Amino acid sequence: MRFLLDDEQRAFARTLDGVLKAADTPAVARAWAAGDHAPGAAVWRRLAEAGVFTLAAPEEYEGAGQLPVDTAVAFVELGRHAVPGPLVETVAAAALLTRLAALGVPGPAKRLLPSLVTGEARATLALPGTGPYVLDADAASLVLAVDAGRVRLAPGHARVRASLDPARRLARPLPGGEVLAAGPAVEEAARCALRWAALTTAAQCLGVGCALLDRTVTYVRQRTQFGVPVGSFQAVKHRLAEVLVGLEFARPLVFGAAVSLGDEEAWGDVAAAKVCAAESAYRSARAALQLHGAIGYTSEYDISLWLLKARALRGAWGGTSQWRARAVPPPT
Amino acid sequence: MDLDFTPEEEQFRLRARAWLAAHVPRAPLPSLETEEGFAAHRAWEGTLAADRWSVVSWPEEFGGQGADLVKWLLFEEEYYAAGAPGRVSQNGISLLAPTLFDHGTPEQRARVLPPMARGEVVWAQAWSEPEAGSDLASLRSTARRAPGGWRLSGQKTWSSRAAFADRAFGLFRSDPRAERPHHGLAYVMFPLDAPGVTIRPIGRLDGRPAFAEVFLDDVFVPDDDVIGAPGDGWRIAMSTTGDERGLALRSPGRFLATADRLVRLWHAHGDPSDTALRDRVADAVIGARAYQLFTWANASRSAAGEKLGAESSLNKVFWSEYDIAVHEAALDLLGADGELTDDGERLPPRPPDASSPDPTSPDRTSPDPTSPDPAPTDPAPWTEGYVFSLAGPIYAGTNEIQRDIIAERLLGLPKGRR
Repeated sequence: MRFLLDDEQRAFARTLDGVLKAADTPAVARAWAAGDHAPGAAVWRRLAEAGVFTLAAPEEYEGAGQLPVDTAVAFVELGRHAVPGPLVETVAAAALLTRLAALGVPGPAKRLLPSLVTGEARATLALPGTGPYVLDADAASLVLAVDAGRVRLAPGHARVRASLDPARRLARPLPGGEVLAAGPAVEEAARCALRWAALTTAAQCLGVGCALLDRTVTYVRQRTQFGVPVGSFQAVKHRLAEVLVGLEFARPLVFGAAVSLGDEEAWGDVAAAKVCAAESAYRSARAALQLHGAIGYTSEYDISLWLLKARALRGAWGGTSQWRARAVPPPT
Repeated sequence: MDLDFTPEEEQFRLRARAWLAAHVPRAPLPSLETEEGFAAHRAWEGTLAADRWSVVSWPEEFGGQGADLVKWLLFEEEYYAAGAPGRVSQNGISLLAPTLFDHGTPEQRARVLPPMARGEVVWAQAWSEPEAGSDLASLRSTARRAPGGWRLSGQKTWSSRAAFADRAFGLFRSDPRAERPHHGLAYVMFPLDAPGVTIRPIGRLDGRPAFAEVFLDDVFVPDDDVIGAPGDGWRIAMSTTGDERGLALRSPGRFLATADRLVRLWHAHGDPSDTALRDRVADAVIGARAYQLFTWANASRSAAGEKLGAESSLNKVFWSEYDIAVHEAALDLLGADGELTDDGERLPPRPPDASSPDPTSPDRTSPDPTSPDPAPTDPAPWTEGYVFSLAGPIYAGTNEIQRDIIAERLLGLPKGRR
């Protein structure tokens, strides 16, 4: 038992952190929100070069083998830097196609996986039971929808609608299109994709929560009121201490879920990670807003990029009550 | 990163499980906070010690098995899953013993530890004073030099276990002229039946004497009962309080077992349409898993040679709030019965000839009707557990103090007025 990231995984996190810092991701997110996908596409290429999209696919499709722990490491960093785009969706689509191939339907994986792995293609995805929308369909080259026991390559999407997180845009996939797979394998592959989606969303939440806490700590050390730093007031300190407790107990759940993700029965750990990371990120957002005062309540200040993402991710891929229901077996 | 145990660790787990299945009392012992219950729990310590299960992490020469942190955690999981009794010797084992291992003399270890392991000497904690709770630097009780030892005077309070225990350990001001308030303190062990000691039990919220006031009037202790250098008590005590806030006092096994009982209570009593309560049951399960994995992560860091510091404050805030939440959920699930403190609804104890379940079976998911663990629908353990949990955010350094430590040492926020 060694429940600890290894040196390589830590180095991977540092690499991504460096890449994303250099990319000025707040500006990238603002451009993305305004409908300009070019800077986001450039970041996407750098993430692909760092190997982020290889982590959910096996070697026979140009992947690095399915590595959920490394994927979680990456998504914590993506959340910390508020990277926009259908990141979770692309990884979940890769997991879906990989699982289909493992269940004897290799065609779609052969055709689509290599371009997802190299970062040439971006996918967005809708799964049963988690809402009708796909994220960032206008920036994705593949719109996948799982419904009625089939995986469809949708022919496009309806009107793109604004999310309360301006860097997320939602649309319904259009009906019809090519059916990539149908039958019992689809259901199992969709469940597998949902576990990957929940894990990566949870990891992203953890990163979002940590970024909000870091920025708030920096702010309350500098901002003075009544002649002293705001951060010296006990009410402020205790609120931030609570945020840290929440995040530090969500962290092992995220990595625990990654360790057990390959297990078909592993809903409990994934559910725990999704609930706990989403809740703790949300509490971090509420504290960040309160402790930044009115400056935090402006769209001009960068913290808004994380504040509203914490709320949006809390409901993405099913809300916390839905995931809590998965965390405990129902009475019989 | 993995969560797999070595074959040796799994063997150890199965050995613990088999021993517990064969030895855990079939009927729950009377409350630890009564004279009768205290005696029964002391006898249970003796049973544990006879097969070296009372202090598994200690070296063999003192009655342990030399188990490392991972094995100790596995033992604790099995211990609570088996519904085994609370540990009357916990103060000594988890607070005094680590201090003696780090700072005691060979003579002190040889004299104090084996009887502690056997439950023959039960130790009480004597930290707090009427004017010094979390602020231990303001302690006033004194240790004055006397030929061959020291004379203790003053008053200790909220001393856990002191109503029935044999000996106590605590801090005394040995140098009133020390420059700073936390210098000049001696870490002293003393007998609770010595001339000059008066014990006044204090009823906790439910009236049970879980702690006591200790009055000391010129009580003699020999030099051999001072741990480390007189005047060095603060530094020595701080290493102990870290243990108390952190792992030693609350292993994950306890909360995993409690969450498991709550799920069984929900299955027995729960209304499936009451999703608000279901969410709280889920949070109990999620919280126990979070605590377990947090602990595994720290165990891994510790095994990798990292020193854990202020993280024990994160731990303390988490488990103390968690413990209350899980008991509140249980009381709400019990409805009107959640007010009862007797055990009228308890299932009959397992008959002596009942066949034991296979103790080596890895499947622990199905509730075992012959388990000595009280039936989850029995209100008494929940109401007593609730009363006990209410003290969690207060003792071992209040959660307000812990949040200050977290904010200042982990987040780097400036010190300010308390």
